[in-house]
Amino acid sequence: MARIRRALADVPRAETPGEVPVERTYHRVHGDRSSAQTADLLAENLADYRAIVHRADTPSSPDTPSSLPALIARLLADRGATSVAVPPGLPASWLSAVPGAVRRVPDTAELTPHDLDAVSSVVTGCAVAIAETGTVVLDAGPDQGRRRITLVPDHHICVIRVTDQVVGSVPEALERLDPARPLTWISGPSATSDIELDRVEGVHGPRTLEVILTGPESAGQS
Amino acid sequence: MPAFPQAANASTRNTHLRANLRHATHTIRAKRATAVAELDDWSRLRAAGAAIKDRTLRHLDQYLEQLESAVTAAGGQIHWAADADEANRIVTELVRATGEREVVKVKSMATQEIGLNGALATAGITAYETDLAELIVQLGDDLPSHILVPAIHRNRGEIRDIFTEKMSQWGRPAPDGLTDAPADLAEAARLHLREKFLNAKVGISGANFMVAETGTLVVVESEGNGRMCLTLPETLISVVGIEKVVPTFQDLEVFLQLLPRSSTAERMNPYTSTWTGTTDADGPRAFHLVLLDNGRTDTLADTVGRQALRCIRCSACLNVCPVYERAGGHAYGSAYPGPIGAILTPQLRGTQSELDASLPYASSLCGACYEVCPVAIDIPEILVHLRERVVEGGPASVRGTRTVIKPAKGHAAERAAMRAARWALDHPRLLRTGQRLASRTRRFHPRRLPGPGRAWSDTRELPKVPEESFRDWWQRTRGGSGTGSGTEGRKDTT
Ligand code: SF4
Repeated sequence: MARIRRALADVPRAETPGEVPVERTYHRVHGDRSSAQTADLLAENLADYRAIVHRADTPSSPDTPSSLPALIARLLADRGATSVAVPPGLPASWLSAVPGAVRRVPDTAELTPHDLDAVSSVVTGCAVAIAETGTVVLDAGPDQGRRRITLVPDHHICVIRVTDQVVGSVPEALERLDPARPLTWISGPSATSDIELDRVEGVHGPRTLEVILTGPESAGQS
Repeated sequence: MPAFPQAANASTRNTHLRANLRHATHTIRAKRATAVAELDDWSRLRAAGAAIKDRTLRHLDQYLEQLESAVTAAGGQIHWAADADEANRIVTELVRATGEREVVKVKSMATQEIGLNGALATAGITAYETDLAELIVQLGDDLPSHILVPAIHRNRGEIRDIFTEKMSQWGRPAPDGLTDAPADLAEAARLHLREKFLNAKVGISGANFMVAETGTLVVVESEGNGRMCLTLPETLISVVGIEKVVPTFQDLEVFLQLLPRSSTAERMNPYTSTWTGTTDADGPRAFHLVLLDNGRTDTLADTVGRQALRCIRCSACLNVCPVYERAGGHAYGSAYPGPIGAILTPQLRGTQSELDASLPYASSLCGACYEVCPVAIDIPEILVHLRERVVEGGPASVRGTRTVIKPAKGHAAERAAMRAARWALDHPRLLRTGQRLASRTRRFHPRRLPGPGRAWSDTRELPKVPEESFRDWWQRTRGGSGTGSGTEGRKDTT
């Protein structure tokens, strides 16, 4: 520390950090969008990074608002999932249409990485989603569970409530997040471009990320 | 380690390496330009990014103290390392204390800078690199050549051969009949590494940012190997340069916009992880943060060179540099290649060795690196400043003590410099590209160098940058037919 102070001999002793100007004239959000347009942009940018997007947030969506449990059941069945990791606070209704034959693996402290490696899929909510970048942020809240459950299984279904969880930009997202919680920002599935810059998905994290946008009716706090 | 010109001479003769590099740098820079153009407030974000880092650096002592108490309050433990040896010793002891002999690693420039893997190996501890490119480099017993894509000098056939031959020595062998399709190679790496992740008890990482206010660390990545190493092991050790601190959590809003677009040309990288100390029942139970100096305070003491510490390691400057494109990363002889390496390495290590003395000359001063840098580091200004130090000596801080440096002995440095200059002149195409970029960035060029660089430019006329290079004029006025080789670098500047 003394070394650092010596190195800063040119900085006047009385100077405070606040006296070094930082102009925050950049935008809080890029462009003016209605909330419907923001949801559309989110869907577009998520898809651009090859997440699979399902819209259940508007009456005209192909996946209608009332169908969230049915939709989740279908997505798991399509993947042939035999087991699903379940965060402790996931709304019970979300998995209500999933057949009993699909093993529920509750997220507990005893669950080892090896146990998780044998689990097919995971279903979670999220803390916030960012439209401009196509990003879903998890903060290990009760409907998301510990960081490892969205990492080791190969298939992640993430449900976003369009009404209150979608923001436009990175600055808007940070305002809402609690730095004390561990945060995981996810923009599309795991990917690498290390071999001749060819993009390959699913090196380590889930190979498939499916995102469901829901409206208020089915978001179901139940 | 040979000085830059010798090393560059060898690597420029490797046509296959040059082709790989050219493809990579041109692809990334074109994409980057598009990603940046999407944000109409880019210049304001860039100015804010530079200003936040300047604020931090001018009050680094205060922010590091704040960081230390925030990390400690959140359940982490801080260790201070003055140099590479001390950092390696601390990490080795921390690993030993866990009783483990294997660690998994997230790609990190800081641990490469201090040669951590070698130090651990000497202590009987095996470090597994888990980033795909770093894995290729490690298995191939090779050195990284790019900040972002360290194995860019290897093509798919070579990678297949490395995996087939070497994977079995490090763990799970490559599958039989492995092809050279990138998807197959990635799958082989997934299987090989998964075994390591699931059994790992100790993880080692760097960090892209540390937040003084909250004690939060940030790692930005794509593959998910970072998440594996940061969350599955019981102990996490992060080695981070002291300059990586930012004052507030809110400041991340600037850097999380600047970094992904500048480096991988994405709106956002696939994964970003943040953690603050330890969290009950989620992630490692023990967290150690090793704060690394290793020449950073010497760099901080230099009022011209200090700005190099703003660097967020995005690698944009590599991808626009005509010298890097031809010489390749290995020629720079350190963890930091390209324009940033040419100014950071001689500041961190001093300019006494022939290699370090030659690095400030590994540039055509075309200015393209300054233009793309998301935190507006004036790389040409520092290059000239360091050339002056090499040639004429002068005051500098060495290992925390202010001294006066003599010009390098027997004019070794001047010789190295002259050879570097001759090397550039021997590569006319390189010079052309440099000039072309330069004429586009002309308004940024000083007539005469300000401050301490003046003495150098007094005696060594700065090359005048013509409004348009002759060759460009010729191409424009004669329709540019049949001169394909001169058209590179056209769509790269923004
Ligand atoms: S010097 Fe600037 S452009 Fe180069 S790696 Fe650092 S931040 Fe990026």
